[in-house]
Amino acid sequence: MRAPFALSLAWRESRSSIARMAAYMIAITIGVAALVAINSFRANLVRSIDAEARGLLGADLRLNSNTAMPDTVRAIVDSLENAVPGSTAGVTSTMSIALSQRGAGMVQLRGITGPYPLYGSMATDPPSLWGTLEGDHILVEPSLLSQLDAVVGDTLRIGGLRFVIAGVVTSLPQEVSFRNALGPRVFMDAAALDSTGLMQIGSIARHEVYVRMEDARVLERFVDTHHDLFRRSMIGFTTAAEQAEQLANVLDALGRFLGLVGLAALLLGGLAVASAIDVFIRSRRDTIAVLRCIGATQRTAFTAYLLQAVGLGIIGAGGGVLAGVALQAGLPALLRNVVPFDVSFSIEWPVLLAGLLVGTGVTIVFALLPLLEIRGITPLRALRVSVEPASTRDPLRWLVYALVPAVIAAISIWQAGRTVVGLAYAVALAFAGLILWLCATAVTRLTQRFFPRRARFPVRQGVANLFRPQNQTVAVTMAVGFGVFMLSALWVVQRNLLDWISLDAETGGRPNVVLIDIQSDQVESTRDTIARYSTKPAELTPIVPGKIVAVNGISATDLVSKRQTPRVEPWAVRREYRHTYRAEPTATEKIIAGSWWKGPVQPGAVAQISVEEDLLESLGAKLGDHITWDIQGVQIETVVTSVREVDWAQFETNFFVVFQPGVLESAPQTFVALVQADSSAVVPLQRAVAGAHSNISAIDVGGVQRTLERIVGRVAFAIRFMALFSMVAGALVLLAALAAGRFQRVRESALLRVLGARRAQVRGMLLTEYAALGLLAGLTGVVLGGTAGWLIVRYVFKLDFNLPFASLGGLAAGVVLMAALMGVYTSRNALAGTPLELLRDTTA
Amino acid sequence: MVISARNLGQTYRSGGRTLTVLHDISLDVGAGEMMAIVGPSGSGKTTLLGLLAGLDRPATGSVHLLGQDLAALDEDGRAAFRAANVGFVFQAFQLIPTLTAVENVLVPLELAGALRSTSAADLRARASDLLGRVGLGDRIHHYPSQLSGGEQQRVALARAFAGRPKLLFADEPTGNLDAETGAVIIDLMMELNADAGTTLVLVTHDPGLAGRTNRILRLARGTIADGQG
Repeated sequence: MRAPFALSLAWRESRSSIARMAAYMIAITIGVAALVAINSFRANLVRSIDAEARGLLGADLRLNSNTAMPDTVRAIVDSLENAVPGSTAGVTSTMSIALSQRGAGMVQLRGITGPYPLYGSMATDPPSLWGTLEGDHILVEPSLLSQLDAVVGDTLRIGGLRFVIAGVVTSLPQEVSFRNALGPRVFMDAAALDSTGLMQIGSIARHEVYVRMEDARVLERFVDTHHDLFRRSMIGFTTAAEQAEQLANVLDALGRFLGLVGLAALLLGGLAVASAIDVFIRSRRDTIAVLRCIGATQRTAFTAYLLQAVGLGIIGAGGGVLAGVALQAGLPALLRNVVPFDVSFSIEWPVLLAGLLVGTGVTIVFALLPLLEIRGITPLRALRVSVEPASTRDPLRWLVYALVPAVIAAISIWQAGRTVVGLAYAVALAFAGLILWLCATAVTRLTQRFFPRRARFPVRQGVANLFRPQNQTVAVTMAVGFGVFMLSALWVVQRNLLDWISLDAETGGRPNVVLIDIQSDQVESTRDTIARYSTKPAELTPIVPGKIVAVNGISATDLVSKRQTPRVEPWAVRREYRHTYRAEPTATEKIIAGSWWKGPVQPGAVAQISVEEDLLESLGAKLGDHITWDIQGVQIETVVTSVREVDWAQFETNFFVVFQPGVLESAPQTFVALVQADSSAVVPLQRAVAGAHSNISAIDVGGVQRTLERIVGRVAFAIRFMALFSMVAGALVLLAALAAGRFQRVRESALLRVLGARRAQVRGMLLTEYAALGLLAGLTGVVLGGTAGWLIVRYVFKLDFNLPFASLGGLAAGVVLMAALMGVYTSRNALAGTPLELLRDTTA
Repeated sequence: MVISARNLGQTYRSGGRTLTVLHDISLDVGAGEMMAIVGPSGSGKTTLLGLLAGLDRPATGSVHLLGQDLAALDEDGRAAFRAANVGFVFQAFQLIPTLTAVENVLVPLELAGALRSTSAADLRARASDLLGRVGLGDRIHHYPSQLSGGEQQRVALARAFAGRPKLLFADEPTGNLDAETGAVIIDLMMELNADAGTTLVLVTHDPGLAGRTNRILRLARGTIADGQG
């Protein structure tokens, strides 16, 4: 009989409690909504990527190289094409300046051979132009028209030739790359690109071959057969499945991170529930005592209220699931520039079920602690009101103390997808909670110690409320401080990332235009051109491409294939290097071992090189080791005589390997120049450079920065959007925590009014208390968040740290204001009605 | 007259109907007088006490305390008047649970602005003295939850007399206490009242307590059934 009675009691009780509790269940709803939305969206993403794997790559296999495909590879591709005509396509990419009649700017050129893309299609405006490209007709990305102030039908000058803009490509190939920031894409026939003469030695180019091979087993065999040839020829290869998986991994990681931010909202919701249930149980003590008197067992009473918590959890989480689905439908718009393809909406039932379970679970676990109080309520209380709940040590209490962190850790691990990350997250939360608790406890002690005895009555009473019994200091500081902590940490990291990206070319006096691919015979004339648009003399840095042949006599192949001690990273051996040579180190590099050379190489001596510290380690080499290079077909022996630490964050021409002068001067080389020009001079400079030498690229760094900032801004916005859930949940916790004390404050205020307190005094008292609570929570949260931000910026991103003082101060001030408003609201309650109601409350 | 009420009436709205809880009550109470208001539950005792103390505004009629027309004062004005002239004792003690015994006694003193003329230490000494007089000299730093019902009511008595009020209102002061403890509280209240010469108005169901006053006002259905108005 016990269970049905508990159930019917729970049902009857909940009729009156549900409205009161609903406000706090919204905190759970918000948390579950955040989780369901982001996890559903993540599942949608992965589904879409799987469905569009081939369309994303445009083929089943892509081969890519920085140089033209060697004949061996060419022959394989040709045989595939001969076997199945139309099964291969090619894209050759490079950069150049494009000149319109009124504008100029960097563009990325794409020379197309064959039916690219092999899967999916390219929409154009006017329609059906794709596949008809030939001669001087080009298709462009829509943004080019606005950048170069051009319209369809205009002529563009690229690499000394004239091209006609035949139309725009409205659905662009799925390139997931920051390269797109370098300039809009221009598509032309491969032969037309060749005729521009832009594909010279040393040019930054990319050669891609796309292959259609529908049978997965055939594809696998093909890759296995040619694996070694591709490696030897420095050719990268990606299958559609691999590419989809990589993309899915990146987006999944972002999604999981956003999910963790959302999880914080749910846990805050748990705190709100705990506060609300606590208040509720306190108001039900007499009822419970009476129930005990007339025969209800401790267990029945406990079960009845536990069932109510379960019911509330299901309602709250269920609402969250519905809200989450609505939100999920809106997320694609929010993440438009972050996710490189359309995400189709579908209901993810497992995610919804998980949201319901997690939401209900969090509600129950957080409700357990206040619910345990029921077990301490004796029937005697019904007879004598003054009987306090027995403070016996309930063994179940310890069980719950262990259960709460265990459940939080389990949910964190589930959401993070990786045990280490989930645990780290849970520990970080616990640590933040501990610090907040310590601060709150310290403040209660300190206010008691340094109590403002001479202050006016309302101030004294308000401040004293911070440390008196049943104070709200710890609860409010933890709840609100936590929300503030999350928001300020995210804000600090975002600000610093954006600061880092905006090197601020104009005010910082730093270079803002980069000229690349300057040929040796163009150095002098380019120097003259630069001088016309920049006040600073141009420094041209030579660049000589090269590859590693051997280290200490061990061939590159052996270095990679055979086990070496110390360990050698294959990428460091295989990569194509761009070297320079110079007499002195630059300001952005520091010699940390060995010494810089004095003068050029002596005849007959081995050439000295200086190597960047991390690269040296990746090569498994040390000071004094010999490295043999292949410089454009010539083998050159060098010795490592110094090791450098390079500040890559500085916008300078930095290199992994710097040669002693006197070796590379006669090798084929190109030059790069960093130019500082007024923003108004950038386009004229680009026009002048392109007019003189069409092969030279002039990249407007400011424009690139703006694009990157937009992308980072989008991601940051998505993160802050999720953090906003925490903030709203935090605000609800604040309400719940304050509501716990409000009943008492209202009663006290009424009593004080009977005893002669004026309204202003009551108002001042409450305002002082709440504003002080807000100040404490806001300051602690901001300081904690700032510190966490500093740790992340300094040690995860390894960047210089700037504290965004004003915005953090604004956040703290906002919290104080919110708390103060809460105080005003409470005082309105306290001052409504006549003091006589106090008598009515208790008299028969 | 310390208290002078004329044609007092009070109505409340309940369930869409207007309930008349007090009707046409006039009475005078002289200085140092002790008056008990008695009557069955729902007869309007507490309502009358609230109106006499200025805790609520009457629907009709007027109340003068110490010559001051309460209707002429706004809410804050009445609060200031109470702080200066009126003490209270409640059935449910109504101590502020977050303040210690001595802090509870200090509240009316602080509200009356006593700190402007007296040092904090002196005020505290006075509050401690009062607690000593009600037999709680050794429990001044205890919180209400650490005191028994009888002890809490003693603190409430000390608080009521702390501001040396000219008027004391008591609402069922022994209602929540056993007979023995109640008797002690009454003795204490009478003693403090006699010492201070305070005018006392109390609501009670206890004939013993009512019998110890100079005058009994009997209410029935919102009007005076017996006793001089």
